[in-house]
Amino acid sequence: MDKKFHTNLIVSSSPHIVTDADTTRLMGTVILALCPALIASCYIFGIRVLVLAIVGMLGCVAFEAFYNAITHKKQTVGDLSAALTGLLLALNLPSNFPIWQELCGCAFAILVVKSLFGGLGKNFANPAIAGRIFLFISFASNMSTWPTTRLDATDAVTGATPLAVFGETGAMETSIKDLFLGFTGGACGEVCALALLIGGIFLIIRKVISPIIPCAFIGTVFIIGCISSGSLTGGLFHIFAGGVMLGAFFMATDYVTTPKLPLGQLVFGIGCGLITMAIRLLGSYPEGVSFSILLMNLCVPLMNRLSYKFYCSDAAKKFGGK
Amino acid sequence: MSQRKHLPSAHVPHHKNTAGHETEVMPVPDVVKICMSQNIGAPCQPLVQKGDYVKVGQRIGDVDAFVSAPIFSSVSGTVIDIEQSRGSMGGFETLVVIETDKKQEVSEEVKVPTLETFEDFIKAARDSGVVGLGGASFPTHVKLNPKNPEECEYLVVNAAECEPFITTDNREMIENGQDVLDGMKVIMKFLDLKKGIIGVESNKPAAIENLNRLIAQNEIKDIEVCVLPSSYPKGAERVLVWETTGKVMNAGVLPAQLGVILDNVSTIGVFAEYLKTGMPIVRRRVTVDGDAIAEPKNVYVPIGTQIADLVEFCGGYKKEPKKIIMGGPMMGRATKSDESATMKNTSAVLAFSQDMAEVKEETACLNCQRCHSVCAFGLLPSLFADFYQKKDLDSLNKFNVMQCMECGSCAFICPARRPLTLMNKLSKIMIKEASKK
Repeated sequence: MDKKFHTNLIVSSSPHIVTDADTTRLMGTVILALCPALIASCYIFGIRVLVLAIVGMLGCVAFEAFYNAITHKKQTVGDLSAALTGLLLALNLPSNFPIWQELCGCAFAILVVKSLFGGLGKNFANPAIAGRIFLFISFASNMSTWPTTRLDATDAVTGATPLAVFGETGAMETSIKDLFLGFTGGACGEVCALALLIGGIFLIIRKVISPIIPCAFIGTVFIIGCISSGSLTGGLFHIFAGGVMLGAFFMATDYVTTPKLPLGQLVFGIGCGLITMAIRLLGSYPEGVSFSILLMNLCVPLMNRLSYKFYCSDAAKKFGGK
Repeated sequence: MSQRKHLPSAHVPHHKNTAGHETEVMPVPDVVKICMSQNIGAPCQPLVQKGDYVKVGQRIGDVDAFVSAPIFSSVSGTVIDIEQSRGSMGGFETLVVIETDKKQEVSEEVKVPTLETFEDFIKAARDSGVVGLGGASFPTHVKLNPKNPEECEYLVVNAAECEPFITTDNREMIENGQDVLDGMKVIMKFLDLKKGIIGVESNKPAAIENLNRLIAQNEIKDIEVCVLPSSYPKGAERVLVWETTGKVMNAGVLPAQLGVILDNVSTIGVFAEYLKTGMPIVRRRVTVDGDAIAEPKNVYVPIGTQIADLVEFCGGYKKEPKKIIMGGPMMGRATKSDESATMKNTSAVLAFSQDMAEVKEETACLNCQRCHSVCAFGLLPSLFADFYQKKDLDSLNKFNVMQCMECGSCAFICPARRPLTLMNKLSKIMIKEASKK
């Protein structure tokens, strides 16, 4: 036949189109959602926060690139997950934290917690949380000296966080309004509850994260806070002070280190809330969000097993039932 | 309709670029290649030999099996070859190659059927050669002849057309709305069905309006249009049965077992046309689209037309085609060459250039569970993939992989670009093969 045909076309299994929302875009959306908190923090603590954030992001990306290069793996820094880890880690530090120590934290988070376990998708714990705890144990004094805000009327350079005061005296000195807006000492990214809430709700609306874990986490903290203090203000104090907002929306919702099914996620969120409040009310540390998330990360396989059992028993009537 | 909860679905871009294009009739090509395996079930045997002269509507392939449908010549001309060729499913298919004389003489076999008894009706359905035109190509006369006719009460017409790009069902409802309703009435009469429901996605307002106008005009009481949300996969058989009637249909169950007769809207339209004119299915409406096509259109295509001829009628390629899909982009099959010929179930021919054809590289699973959240049946594709890689048949069974209908939503939504649908298909094949042993 004289007709010319196009042969050797690409043949692949259906579907032949895919969504635009790939891993890079998801991670980018989370970074975008952290921007309000970053901006608020720059306003509250000064421009050094931005330096920490940029160093953290670049540091994590560099360590991941380094690891992939020496192990001859495919370069994965383009998926932005390392950048997100770096930003989260930076937002968990005091604003006057030494840069070299921050880089130690990045190295631990990326090299030990993430890459050695197989990289993105295989890590058992949230790298940013593990990095923060590593720094907390290694550089304890730097990690618990909290600069006061630029808006502080006194001349003091550092001061106790609201939770530290609460841990020592049991008093809730800071007003709820200051806690909500972030005019208080603490890690640079966690103080402004308002900005974190905006970012978290943005993520939920964009369906990047499911609301189950944040709601269960914050709800548990709020209820225990109310009961333990006997007042609504106590509940509000506990959800706005410390790292609950940052942890609940951005760290406890990390896909890789949380349970797969809604039931498991609910248990995960409640567990985080319980451990956080147990440490705050009963433990010697003033704050327990990162420990609670790390501990619950370790229990994820158990929660997955629980929810699978439930899922399989339910599976027959699943379709059509919902 | 009632406040029934919709099944989970994915928001797939619609790309209904050709929705407003009136169907154009394509000139008869020089050569057609009519495949003898155009339906689920037994393939047909050619009834003609090399050198025979055939006319439009002449039966050229048939087989003596229940699940089968005859095949008719779409052109008049001379059979120049009967060849074996590797089909899109990998097996060999018989093709009847006809060189056309462009006269389009109509065969003497074509005459209007008489409908008196139920047997006449089923015979007419088979003689029309109609199969499920939505893509599954299940012989229609089998569907219309359920084992439990007394239990059937609904006629559900699938006009959801949830696949992106395709607009043939949409055009059928706009251009042949009356035929669709007439066909429904005949089917409902012979099967004694109480209610006809046409399930249409909300992104086809012109079609919905036209059907509603015709229903009001003809004062039809027992047929209604059910508007569905425009999200994929509302046109999947099991999803549609749930959305329109509220009946739960699991894998391996036929709609008739639930008292539902389900047919595609174009299928019914073509069947009604046959009842009026006696012309069996020799042409079908095809959407030609994709970023490599110069002029996307809806075209009436003689069955057996080669894709290259069809594309030529649509202005040719404007970019180098890298992938050509027969059917929709979510469930259609990619073909190796544009030499392939259209069949009864070819609802669309999509040609993609490099930008859209590229198979994206797979990255690590994030455990985001988007695949689970878009699955209409709430399955766990990311787990299936892990089990598949471990060849863990027990777990695959336990988590119900056999319920998967391969709609492609999971692989579409996966941010890590994992070929989840492919792994589900392979898992199902693996289980079927293991159970044979």
